[in-house]
Amino acid sequence: MTQNKGVSGSVSLAMCGSGGAGVMTAANMLLDAAAEAGYYALFGRSSGPQIRGGEAAAIVRLSPEPVTSVDDTTEILLAIDWQNVQRFAAELPLDKNSVIITDPTQGEVPEVMAKSGARIVELHMKDLAKEIPGGRPNMIALGAVAQLIGLSVDVVCEVLGQSLKKKRADAYEASVAAVKKGAEAALSMGTTKQLGKLAGEPAKRWSITGNEAAALGAVRGGVRFCAAYPITPATEILEYLSSALPKVGGTFVQAEDELASINMCIGGSFGGAASITATSGPGLSLMIEALGMATASETPVVVVDVQRGGPSTGIPTKSEQSDLNIALYGLHGDGPHLVVAPNSIGDCLMTTQWAVHLAEMTQTPCIVLSDQSLGQSRTIMPVPADVAFVGKRLTVTEALPEGQVYKRYANTASGVSPMAIPGTLGCQYTADGLEHTETGLPSSQANDHSTQQDKRLRKLTGFEYGDLWATVEGEGDIAVMCWGSCVGAAREAIARAAADGVKARLIAPRLLYPTRPDVMAKALAGVKKVLVVELSHLGQFHRYLKGEYDLPAEIQQIKRGGPLPIRPNEIHSRLLSMGK
Amino acid sequence: MTESNCAITYSAKDYKSETKPVWCPGCGDYSVLSSITKAFADLNLEPHKTSVVSGIGCSSRIPAYTTTYGFHTIHGRALVVGAGLKLARPDMTVLVAGGDGDGFSIGGNHFLHACRRNVDMTYVVMDNRVYGMTKGQPSPTTEPDWDASAMAPPGGTGMTPFNPLAIALAAGANFVARCFSGDPNGTAAVIAEAIKHPGFSFVAVMSPCITFREEQREWKNVVRPSPVDSTTDAAQAAKRLMTDDGFNMGILYRGARVPYSPKGAGQATIGDLEAEFAL
Ligand SMILES: Cc1ncc(C[n+]2csc(CCOP(=O)(O)OP(=O)(O)O)c2C)c(N)n1
Ligand code: SF4
Ligand SMILES: [Mg+2]
Repeated sequence: MTQNKGVSGSVSLAMCGSGGAGVMTAANMLLDAAAEAGYYALFGRSSGPQIRGGEAAAIVRLSPEPVTSVDDTTEILLAIDWQNVQRFAAELPLDKNSVIITDPTQGEVPEVMAKSGARIVELHMKDLAKEIPGGRPNMIALGAVAQLIGLSVDVVCEVLGQSLKKKRADAYEASVAAVKKGAEAALSMGTTKQLGKLAGEPAKRWSITGNEAAALGAVRGGVRFCAAYPITPATEILEYLSSALPKVGGTFVQAEDELASINMCIGGSFGGAASITATSGPGLSLMIEALGMATASETPVVVVDVQRGGPSTGIPTKSEQSDLNIALYGLHGDGPHLVVAPNSIGDCLMTTQWAVHLAEMTQTPCIVLSDQSLGQSRTIMPVPADVAFVGKRLTVTEALPEGQVYKRYANTASGVSPMAIPGTLGCQYTADGLEHTETGLPSSQANDHSTQQDKRLRKLTGFEYGDLWATVEGEGDIAVMCWGSCVGAAREAIARAAADGVKARLIAPRLLYPTRPDVMAKALAGVKKVLVVELSHLGQFHRYLKGEYDLPAEIQQIKRGGPLPIRPNEIHSRLLSMGK
Repeated sequence: MTESNCAITYSAKDYKSETKPVWCPGCGDYSVLSSITKAFADLNLEPHKTSVVSGIGCSSRIPAYTTTYGFHTIHGRALVVGAGLKLARPDMTVLVAGGDGDGFSIGGNHFLHACRRNVDMTYVVMDNRVYGMTKGQPSPTTEPDWDASAMAPPGGTGMTPFNPLAIALAAGANFVARCFSGDPNGTAAVIAEAIKHPGFSFVAVMSPCITFREEQREWKNVVRPSPVDSTTDAAQAAKRLMTDDGFNMGILYRGARVPYSPKGAGQATIGDLEAEFAL
């Protein structure tokens, strides 16, 4: 299959085995070595149902160019043993170009994997490890994989040295010996796909997960308060903030539930601190009433929803894009609020930072829709741009003239009213979720309701969002419309289609609410056919696009529920048939 | 509370706004409002450095009737909004107020955790043993045989009412008191003590709903000052609570737990944080 030029030098591989086999250690070393050598990467893990330990698969894509999507297949699958590994078969697609590396003393290649037609090669990891005092099979595996893909074994040993040499000199010696033995054994395995050569000196890069990126983005945007309740797959955001916030003079609180976490954030924000909480679908469901209060009382707050399979407890450890409806339409009443979505692991940083900026500027809650595959995967990526978004709230800075009443909800032209931060002399007011007058007094009058409704909406529709509202790339009369974690695969598919002579453009909104009819119409100018791609069984994004925007008549869909990601080849082949 | 050292001397009326309460004439909550404003005046708190946070209910209307900063939030969430404010802004004095339904039913879990968390703030519950705002349904503190409600079964719910003070004590509240709205000066003095006491202070005020619980007019004839002083011994306080008839007024317990204050003092820059991710 034709590959995108940009990532043609990538290699996708998976290392798996039962708990204790050291799969993750080996894969992390491989990632560190690739990083050291100057490569880019995507790194995800999949594990069995056990809370800790148990079988695991490390899924890695290495590349000389930045990568934001998984590839179509697993080019190299190495199993240290096969205990329960068939469980990962659907997540590790193989074809006849794939290579399966197996230790014949550790069980048969499972039928579901063997029937792919992949070439099977044997590597006696266990026996080879035994030849080295203190040697371990996972280090044999590491050496073999590095050798096969053309990653310098010297660099692997250097990385081993950095992590082991000082602490455990004996383990270091044994590991180096095992890596070298594995590499030597790989010489007789025939050729597999090689990692492309790097052009020039290694660029400056970061290694970060989507959840870390979102958390860092929040702090960069000015967040200094977080209250939250743990939930998979958002917990890493909280872990990061619990240590980072106190370092910058901020506050982290573990709340008793999500009702508490969102309401504490609203309290903190009322007090003037830019605030954030992070959760997943079940927690977002609990926060909805409070988000309505934040909308009505005009208290900015950011909620990151790291989506997982739903409904209900669903599939906590796997991705889905099925919280779009609740994020957009979950609030009771007419409650206009912001919804944004990052479209890559690295973009979790910028988009969350932007979310804080938008929330603070418009005094409106903002939901950030990330998902498990973005949040819990690691990337080695280019150093992110130093974007200048910092939450700047319009506040009351000068004392009001004697006798003048402070109007918290003043009906201004932009809709944004200067907010008095508690402690400001002479501007005391009561924030209220009850409909209110401009001064904040409860009111059930029609004119107060319509004035305040108009103003709350105007804050959002009149805001200047700039180019960030969407990723719009390429040209052609076909448009792939998608969002969030599907964007990487779509971009790669579009590049491949272009190489095959089919032109398509990418339209991926980062700003999901408010909608932008004018700029969307521009992005769609000349488009005759649309392909909507999403990881939602009900096709929530498709319904949203049809309901909120004017689309061309011919619309095709690629949609299904999680947990399996939509891969570039699915989109690519559909584009080829649409381009005929 | 946060020490006040301002030059102006405030009186209770300085804390009362011009907004006319929606309460029924004779509602106990009028007196509680007076007690709160008197307590603020006794402590000479600066209105702009003080905040009243409430949930939803008749009693929860109280913030708009004061001249401090206020937040009239949603049903059951006053304690957590108040905690968020205090944790982000330790320089503010925070008083959370509301009803028995708001605090013990829909907000019950937050009540437990507020006691345990021990944030330095004061919680005043106007307990009328009924949902006043929704026109008279039984609440967690309603007597088991009360059935003068369209929603209560004949003969009442049959359920044992909560003892909020016992729960507060068991959950770790640092200051526990019971007052009667019919004694506004006594109630003001207790609320002032509660605000001064470090950590989470809980003041349950018996505040009659004369519309749906007319019989509560009788409370003035049965309440009495507690015959004993407050204790710092939780076991003794618990024993008193389990043996009294619920009509002893005054400060029951003063604990010595250190308030929760997680605000960091770090001076790291964003660059320091970013450096952790650079290869
Ligand atoms: C989520 C939600 N459920 C129900 C209500 C309706 N409601 C408003 S006040 C109230 C009960 C108030 O009782 P209490 O807290 O004792 O206050 P009181 O009116 O007696 O002072 C209820 C059930 C609401 N506002 N929000
Ligand atoms: S209904 Fe009861 S609690 Fe509500 S204002 Fe009237 S008397 Fe007070
Ligand atoms: Mg009540």
